[in-house]
Amino acid sequence: MIYQGKQKIWSDYQKDIPDDHWFYVRSCIRQSFFPGSEKFFMKIVRDDLGKDIYETEHHTTCGGIAYHCDTIPQETAMTIVARQFALMTEAGYENLVASCITSFGNYCETIETWREFPELEARVREHLWKACRREFKVPKYVAHASDLVYKFRNEIAARAKFRLVDHETGEPLRIVEHIGCHYSKMFPHKGVGGAEYPCVLSGMAEAWGGEVIDYPERRHCCGFGFRQYLVRANRGYSLSNTHKKFESMEPYHPDCIITNCPGCPFFLDRWQYVISEMEGKTYGQDGHGIPVLTYEELAALVLGYDPWDMGLQIHQVGLEPLLDKMGVPYDPSKKYLGLNEKEIMKPGLPTVLKCC
Amino acid sequence: MTMDRKIVIIGGGIAGMETAACLRDLGWTPVIVEQSSALGGHVAEWNCLFPDLAPAGKLVDSLRAKVEGIEIHLDTVIAAINYLRKGYSLVLSDGTKLQSDAVVFATGFSLFRAEKKEEYGYGIYDHVISNKDLELWFNTGSDERVPDNPKAVGFVHCVGSRDIKAGNTQCSKVCCITAIKQAIEFKEKFPKAEVYCFYMDLRLFGRKYEDFYIHAQKDMGIHFIRGRVSEVSETIDGRVFVKAEDTLSGKPLRVSLDLLVLMAGIVCNRDNDRLAQAVSLPLDEDGFFRSRDNVSQLTLSDKPGVFFAGTCTGPKTIPETLAEARSAALAVNEYLKTLK
Repeated sequence: MIYQGKQKIWSDYQKDIPDDHWFYVRSCIRQSFFPGSEKFFMKIVRDDLGKDIYETEHHTTCGGIAYHCDTIPQETAMTIVARQFALMTEAGYENLVASCITSFGNYCETIETWREFPELEARVREHLWKACRREFKVPKYVAHASDLVYKFRNEIAARAKFRLVDHETGEPLRIVEHIGCHYSKMFPHKGVGGAEYPCVLSGMAEAWGGEVIDYPERRHCCGFGFRQYLVRANRGYSLSNTHKKFESMEPYHPDCIITNCPGCPFFLDRWQYVISEMEGKTYGQDGHGIPVLTYEELAALVLGYDPWDMGLQIHQVGLEPLLDKMGVPYDPSKKYLGLNEKEIMKPGLPTVLKCC
Repeated sequence: MTMDRKIVIIGGGIAGMETAACLRDLGWTPVIVEQSSALGGHVAEWNCLFPDLAPAGKLVDSLRAKVEGIEIHLDTVIAAINYLRKGYSLVLSDGTKLQSDAVVFATGFSLFRAEKKEEYGYGIYDHVISNKDLELWFNTGSDERVPDNPKAVGFVHCVGSRDIKAGNTQCSKVCCITAIKQAIEFKEKFPKAEVYCFYMDLRLFGRKYEDFYIHAQKDMGIHFIRGRVSEVSETIDGRVFVKAEDTLSGKPLRVSLDLLVLMAGIVCNRDNDRLAQAVSLPLDEDGFFRSRDNVSQLTLSDKPGVFFAGTCTGPKTIPETLAEARSAALAVNEYLKTLK
């Protein structure tokens, strides 16, 4: 592997990411799957980095799931997107930051389509006005939330309480990164590092001390792929995709996987349990799985936030092996205590996959 | 009629040399301006030529011998060209000024930069090389990217050719047969190696090309897979992992190789824009010079006294290039005869 070759490509795919003043739109599903991610993103950006980032309770789905499942036409999806833009305009912001990769792809696709077909934008403006009497400006800048974390990765590294380094041996942890299909595969120039060798996540991992693994199925889909999972008959296909990725990364003994997209961490996390039950196979050390984190969770861990406050107990694959390696302190007895030490119920344990 | 008229030939590749030699034979005074430090162009870097595996060096040497005694400016580029009432005034990068009655563009082509097809990993993965790199290795035996005893090697056709996303929709014409040639040469050096050619279709238009292909398939056991490579990555032991589609069997294909050779296509010379602007010559959409017409006047431009030879007007084989160079010389000869 020629690292300088990747650096050359990265230099071709750098984005100008504004420093401040962002309008934030959440994901439909991340708050259910990994509830701490968005909360801690806001906390890090607002409290640790001191940036102005605004969100409103009036925003809705971007329509991306329905669009990619072919249940709504593109014009409808665009009108939903136009409404989000209207909320941003009404709040006085020009930079939009999306939590969800599919939303980010959807916003980029909408803006690019309007650039090519201005008559379509005019029609969508009319639809929006008729539907809810709103008007909008197209954002000056659209970013994915990971772009912001990437931009401030060195500031986060400077404040890091823990690094992606084995605290006993001093060796860098081996990190698998998975950027998600809709981040830059549609528009390579809109992703940091492009589509083939993206550096948005690898840049974070390296800045925080880790070593990124480039394994043969790195670019392969996580297994979500919308219809692969949402159409029940296709779920075996979803699982086989995820299985393929794990078989490919296994020889590199990764310490954790970091992800960018709402679906990817869910499938890379949950399917490890399914594979272990079906085949009796696990991919981590000593019967554990490979911990899967969102980039916000990883940033929060590096900054020293409590793993259980972040909701890491909601993950299927136990995070403890990673916490132990990083030297992050945690109280096992508090794993299933929520706010104000309220019991949030302990899940049943899998038969094969070691979870704590 | 005066026979001391001067013709500046821009480019000292095989087209430039052949044009110059023919013009001198016809009694005129050609001058060659070549940007590199030696004559021969791309062919001088090649090992041997399809379909007879004739040494490329022999051809280049014979052409160099034919232009001995002709005024040649090496390591020199054209700094300026001005159209005068009679002929052209050229300023070279070393400050030399030349007055010329005619100018022949024999500026050739550039090889597509294989790293632009990012998914193939040229410049990223340790054992991915280009067709040109392989020819240099055939010549020198020295390239650490080529393993000592390869067990499997792949050739990817049409890298940067017929590819709208790569900005080049044209067929490069010579890559199919070059890939077959290189695959045969590789197989001869490493008989036990499995050799795969990934192609979208095989354009074997020339005499003996089809025979060459059949020989590669039947006698050499080279595997031809109709399907494009979708992506390349690296295995834990540093081999090249290739994903492709076999469109004949309708199945995706994954194979680990010791070496992957990218058949970088022919694109326009990167200097064409500058030269074309200097004399207000039109370029085609693909950046090659535009001939007066594409059937019977390939060597003629729209400007009086400006002619084309070789691949500056599009991809060509060596025999086509040499034939066109001779044709350009005859066209110059006809033109000069009309000058008073």
